[in-house]
Amino acid sequence: MKRLLPALALAASLAAWGQSTEIANPDPKVEARLKAIAHELRCLVCQNQTIADSDAPLAVDLRQQVRGMIREGRSDEEIRGYMVDRYGDFVLYKPPFNAVTAVLWVGPGLLIVGAFAAFFVLLRRRRDLPAAAPAPDPARRREIEALLASEDDAKPGR
Amino acid sequence: MKALKYIVPLGLFAVLCVFLAVGLTRDPRQVPSPFIGKPAPGFTLAKLHEPEATFSPEQMKGKVWLLNVWASWCVSCRVEHPVLNDMSRKGLVPIVGLNYKDQRADATKWLKQHGDPYQLSVWDIDGKVGIDYGVYGAPETFVIDKQGVIRYKQIGPITPEVLEKTLLPLLAKLNA
Repeated sequence: MKRLLPALALAASLAAWGQSTEIANPDPKVEARLKAIAHELRCLVCQNQTIADSDAPLAVDLRQQVRGMIREGRSDEEIRGYMVDRYGDFVLYKPPFNAVTAVLWVGPGLLIVGAFAAFFVLLRRRRDLPAAAPAPDPARRREIEALLASEDDAKPGR
Repeated sequence: MKALKYIVPLGLFAVLCVFLAVGLTRDPRQVPSPFIGKPAPGFTLAKLHEPEATFSPEQMKGKVWLLNVWASWCVSCRVEHPVLNDMSRKGLVPIVGLNYKDQRADATKWLKQHGDPYQLSVWDIDGKVGIDYGVYGAPETFVIDKQGVIRYKQIGPITPEVLEKTLLPLLAKLNA
């Protein structure tokens, strides 16, 4: 079984690769551009896959659409624009920076900066604390030493 | 100061809970359509029942109408079909069917079986018009106003509740 698993995985990925040549006589240039664009577009019915990875009928249709647009000589930008006009920013795996997505883009950075700021404030506070307990005054010190010495004398006979 | 140590994490936890709770109530499959308020894309397609005749949305100018995406293979379409039949019987609004990626014979047979609420259906065999309308599953329904602008998109079946709470008020407003 242990040997079978990688073989199965390989077979599956080969099958998926075979999928990407779903038309007769594919033009390698078109297919390469298709592959690059399809990897940025979300499959709407299987939302955690790109349309490059998915075998859903809609993904196949969208690939076909992109292929057609590449053949018409449209730029990548135009093709992405076409998809966004129809399915919204959600179709892009890398959403654009705008008012709606600002929190998404800036949020994690702000969190990290905030966490570091809090960390350094904490460190500084620690450093300003007295380094160690204050030394006892001489009289008290003698008392302590006497006590310690007496304990040494009265060693329990174990 | 001591209390703060407990209140801050508790507060953060509460905020997180609110976000997660709101997230639970939303359906990630409902992608808001960027088409709302934009003109419905034009197309010319053969009619389902009369292959030699064509239809395009301009023919509906001046009317409020529904474009309903359906197919004989679509399971949820069966759920909404009685509602559409009912709407058609009452003459609430003209409904145009976009038969999406379906075989003509299957589609006509399906309509015979379940009733035909459509003023007419057009036949989109390769789903090109569907893609142009941003369709990603059937059923989907577009409400298009007199000027040919898309005013609403229902993703998934039209239930009696959707009809009552969303469509009827919207239709009344658009027809006013």
